Amino acid sequence: MTPFEFTLLAFAISGAAGVLGSLLGLGGGIIVIPVLTLLFKIDIRYAIGASIVSVIATSSGAAAAYVRERMTNLRVAMVLEVATVSGALSGAFLAGQIKGRWLYIIFGLVMGYSALMMFHKRNQVVTEEFVPAPWADWLKLHSSYYDEALKREINYRVARTRVGLALMYGAGVVSGLLGIGSGALKVPAMDLAMRLPIKVSTATSNFMIGVTAAASAGVYFMRGDIDPFVAAPVAAGVVVGATIGSRLLGVLHSRLIRMVFVAVLLWISLQMLIRGLQG
Amino acid sequence: MTPRSKLSPVPVDAEDRVRRVEIIISNLLRAGVLGSLALVVIGTVLTFIHHPEYFTSPADFERLVAPGAAFPHSVGDVIQGIQLWRGQAIVTAGLLLLIATPVMRVAVLIFAFIYQEDRTFTRITALVLFLLLLSFFLGKVE
Repeated sequence: MTPFEFTLLAFAISGAAGVLGSLLGLGGGIIVIPVLTLLFKIDIRYAIGASIVSVIATSSGAAAAYVRERMTNLRVAMVLEVATVSGALSGAFLAGQIKGRWLYIIFGLVMGYSALMMFHKRNQVVTEEFVPAPWADWLKLHSSYYDEALKREINYRVARTRVGLALMYGAGVVSGLLGIGSGALKVPAMDLAMRLPIKVSTATSNFMIGVTAAASAGVYFMRGDIDPFVAAPVAAGVVVGATIGSRLLGVLHSRLIRMVFVAVLLWISLQMLIRGLQG
Repeated sequence: MTPRSKLSPVPVDAEDRVRRVEIIISNLLRAGVLGSLALVVIGTVLTFIHHPEYFTSPADFERLVAPGAAFPHSVGDVIQGIQLWRGQAIVTAGLLLLIATPVMRVAVLIFAFIYQEDRTFTRITALVLFLLLLSFFLGKVE
């Protein structure tokens, strides 16, 4: 393979990763890392460096549209971000003291369970049942967005802020320890515990993963893990893909987004279980 | 105060302020992303202009992605490389701009909450920015 062929191919594949990542609120690392290491035989260090850039590219590429269309709940994002970053800091300190193997098994099971629960409520846009939410009332987290697929404004209430904070802390610890899967835990936490509509959950997760990844990306850059030759087509492709994906999110039906998310989540949980069981 | 704005949970002018802030953040993000995309594309094109052998030589691909491949990874290297019009340095500048956008977004959000006179969220957002900088510096020490 010549450098030119690599640039074109990596750009095209990253474009697809950007569409999927921006729709589902995941970083796209689940596509970028295996493609770079297995297909292009690139060193894992540079693959991880390019993947962290792709997380930021997904987030920033999509965020401009999501913030404008009020799909992202900025207040929820900031409240939860406190827990996520604290979790990531704790995770970085715990690294080496906890066996990765058990974490893979535990979180593989958590993700599998979340996927089943999300599948269970596949036909709901907003949970109608009223839940008292003193924290969300106090922090004024309730909001609304315009759903283009349904052609109407969707009002929603945020519930169980404290449970959400605890889950986000856990998601942060896992991403600090294992360096993966923070979006895959954030979306179910917002969807299942805090009762956010699925579109708001993926858009808000998208915003958050970019913010968290930016701090680690600075460190990766100074360590020399971000090879511009590898990261350039990935970043460009993902930005273009994420821009397209962010246009799609408004138009697509919540049910479809939920089903695709459930499928991807099941796949990630299976991968984690296999890694855990193999030791 | 008109009686109407007392009744509605969010006064109209406050909602208008929120909306204006959202538009500013959205535009800032778009500018950051487009700027970095432009730098990455220009740098890549320059790289291929300077090295026409990259179109044909598989050996060069091996070298470019091999562990320990030479490329700028300090801000000083990047600035020096840009002055020499080196493609990879311009790409790296674009990647750094991309990495900086989410952090700038949080910083702008702090001002947005100050503008909305929302003390609680000004503090929460400032705490997020502090934690981000802390994890960046702790990671650097490692």
